[in-house]
Amino acid sequence: MTVPISLRHDETFVLNLGPQHPATHGVLRVILTLDGEYVVKAEPVLGYVHRMHEKLAEGGTFAQFMPNTARMDYLHALAFNHGWALVVEKAAGIEVPERAEYIRVITVELNRIASHLLWWAAFLLDLGGFTPLLYAFDDREKIIDLLERVTGSRLTYCYMRFGGVYNDIDDEFIAGTRAFIKRLRSRMPRFYHDLVTHNIILIKRIKDIGFITPEQCRRYGATGPVARGSGISYDIRKNEPYSVYPEFDFEVPVFDECDSMARYMVRMHEMEQSLRIIEQALDKLPDGPVMGKAPKVLKPEAGYYYSAVETARGSLGYRLICDGGKNPYKLKLRSPTFSNLSLFGEVAEGMLLADALAFMGSLDLVIPEIDR
Amino acid sequence: MDIREKTQIALALLFPAAPVTEVPVVAEGPPPPRDAGVVIQDFPRCGSHLDVLCRPDQVVAVAQIMDTEGFFLESIAGVDWLEKQQLEVLYDYNRLGGEHCRVMVRTLVPRTEPVVPTISAVFPAANWHERETFDFYGVHFQDHPNLIRILLPEDADFHPLLKDFMP
Amino acid sequence: METSIWRALFYLVGIMAFAGLNAAYLGWCERKGAARIQRRIGPCEAGFAGLLQPLADGLKLMSKQLLVPQGVDGIIFRVAPVLAMVPAITSMVVIPFSGNIEARAMELSVLLLFALASLGMMAILLGGWASGNKYAIISSARAVSQNLAYEIPMLVTVITIVMISGSMNLREIALNQMGGFWHWNIFRLENGHFLTMWISFIIFFICSVAETNRAPFDMAEAESELVAGFMTEYGSMGFGLFMMGEYLNIVVGACLTTTLFLGGWDCPFGKTPGVWWFLLKIYMLIFTFIWIRWTYPRTQIYRLLNLSWKILIPFSLANLLITAALIKVF
Repeated sequence: MTVPISLRHDETFVLNLGPQHPATHGVLRVILTLDGEYVVKAEPVLGYVHRMHEKLAEGGTFAQFMPNTARMDYLHALAFNHGWALVVEKAAGIEVPERAEYIRVITVELNRIASHLLWWAAFLLDLGGFTPLLYAFDDREKIIDLLERVTGSRLTYCYMRFGGVYNDIDDEFIAGTRAFIKRLRSRMPRFYHDLVTHNIILIKRIKDIGFITPEQCRRYGATGPVARGSGISYDIRKNEPYSVYPEFDFEVPVFDECDSMARYMVRMHEMEQSLRIIEQALDKLPDGPVMGKAPKVLKPEAGYYYSAVETARGSLGYRLICDGGKNPYKLKLRSPTFSNLSLFGEVAEGMLLADALAFMGSLDLVIPEIDR
Repeated sequence: MDIREKTQIALALLFPAAPVTEVPVVAEGPPPPRDAGVVIQDFPRCGSHLDVLCRPDQVVAVAQIMDTEGFFLESIAGVDWLEKQQLEVLYDYNRLGGEHCRVMVRTLVPRTEPVVPTISAVFPAANWHERETFDFYGVHFQDHPNLIRILLPEDADFHPLLKDFMP
Repeated sequence: METSIWRALFYLVGIMAFAGLNAAYLGWCERKGAARIQRRIGPCEAGFAGLLQPLADGLKLMSKQLLVPQGVDGIIFRVAPVLAMVPAITSMVVIPFSGNIEARAMELSVLLLFALASLGMMAILLGGWASGNKYAIISSARAVSQNLAYEIPMLVTVITIVMISGSMNLREIALNQMGGFWHWNIFRLENGHFLTMWISFIIFFICSVAETNRAPFDMAEAESELVAGFMTEYGSMGFGLFMMGEYLNIVVGACLTTTLFLGGWDCPFGKTPGVWWFLLKIYMLIFTFIWIRWTYPRTQIYRLLNLSWKILIPFSLANLLITAALIKVF
């Protein structure tokens, strides 16, 4: 529901959706100019959790930056690890053994499911449904337990190294993952779809809310589920394949409706596709070493390098500029949520406050990733 | 003709003097200096298909060509070349779906007076990215609608990613 | 009616005790119910099965400093929470718990209950306005428009009951339904009323969920949008009083629903009516309130108001006309 601008009279007030707010998933401040309940202008203010990772990268070696990558988007930290490993391996010409590639894919996809589960839980919490949070966290605990066996961390993983991964997976992990896939597949129809996706209140609340046209996606650089919910079929795993993704048979869910419901359905289907990828990876897992040959002190050739990975939120890019030394000369992190949030100001104009917050929830924001 | 060739031909119109070249072989050390022009890169090695080096005043024209060809602006980065006393602004363009092509556009400005025209009229995504480059490097983007700091506090008076920045 | 001082004192203490125990232990019920729905345990540390939890919460709230922020309207800020509790407790004076247990039977008790409910709504408005906080004002505005919208179908439905029972006295209405569940107003098998009565019941139930600001109609305290709505600036006992007022409103709403539709203190098979049947019925209704809250997300404000103005009011008016026609014909 939007109101044409000409009908608005001049009694607006400024509401600060301040840095501390239950709905802004982190420390995001949005300065809203409201006319009653309608948003006249929305301006996100960033920087409350800015830690200058790009300068930290220049100050240490390539390997010393690996833990930092997990602190940016802590919900899909393994993908951020993966991207950094990819760009440095590209620059230094390091080969990764096949078993390590498969393990990377399995863990990244498990992490993607965990990230989407938490998005689902937080989105519904924003809309006032308190119970799905606990159902989603139940499944998420299983994933985190599995990943903890292998990586040692529950949230901020530092699992990948240049040349592979540092710890091999064992049979218990494989058996546990297979059991988890079965469990999630059996719970999805009842707990996730019957209770929530087909709930009339939820449907009325997010259908036809927050239209983002494909042209807006292109002009603002929005990628990931935000773009796929607007009919743009762009997934780096298919369009610009990296690692061993070409070996797997999976689909990229694309919905044309451009509203929040489409973005919701994209993420729900992505969870199912991730389960497919993990199953196929477990079936095809080869034997072999998990760590390739990499020099102790990395000094990649000078040049400009770029690598992109598909995280749960969109396309993450690492722009690395090396000058032949053992520290990166310059690292630019292209954060997907930064670009996704930049269209909030334009799209939220004319929406109701509650709808604007539902729309913000459907964008899946993680503020430390925006602020780096 | 695939998208990379189409783009390369469209861009080459901006550089009548320099022909399109293949990626130069590089030994150890920084990349050799080159004039403006379009260079085809080895995608699996570098991660981008084309490397365009242009003058600061050509940035908007390049952005318009990219917009016409259907690219989107992925990010804008700044680089500080302290020995050469130059700041470099690096634009990354990509395609959303369909054929894949990544184009890297670079422009060099003097370090003491870094002024680049804004491309936010062509790509609204540039609005926030240029604010970030201004925040970290002090590059001034002409005609930007709202060039204030984005990540650092509004009253900060330093540009942290400069190589000679001492906190 | 005896008017001895002992009777008055007995009922005064009794109602205060009933109200106090309910306000405290409904919180416990809600937390346990929510926990079980969410597959966890809920309060279990303080006392056996967490039964001393409300006591612990009360002690905590009382020991906190009552922070009064600077820009508030001093008197109204302090009075609003009290004004939220008072109507709910006062309403219990006219509710017939059983044939013999009723503090004061009044001829216009239905009217009194609705007047007091409006006072409760005023408390939310005053609390939000006096806080001087934009979130609180938005929330109060929403709460007032919501309460206003939902009072109308509620009243129209009650008029239907009053027409059938021929009296506004709650005791008379309850006595009219004695003798087994087929006499209850929700079923009302004589005179063809059974066709429309269940619609009245559903409309009345939805309106009471909305009147008491419970999810899915909890715009006023929409936690994730408006922080805590009109209660944002209230701490310690101010907050405690608002919460207790909300629970007591739920109890009064359940009592009213039971008396009007479910036969008051009547046994379903007409054998041994008594206060225990009344209590059983109200607690089943309260459990339904809790169940609904933890299952559904929130609606939007305009859909909420649409539901009332465009759906419930026309239906309840149609219901009224049909009932009037049936009474005239039979």
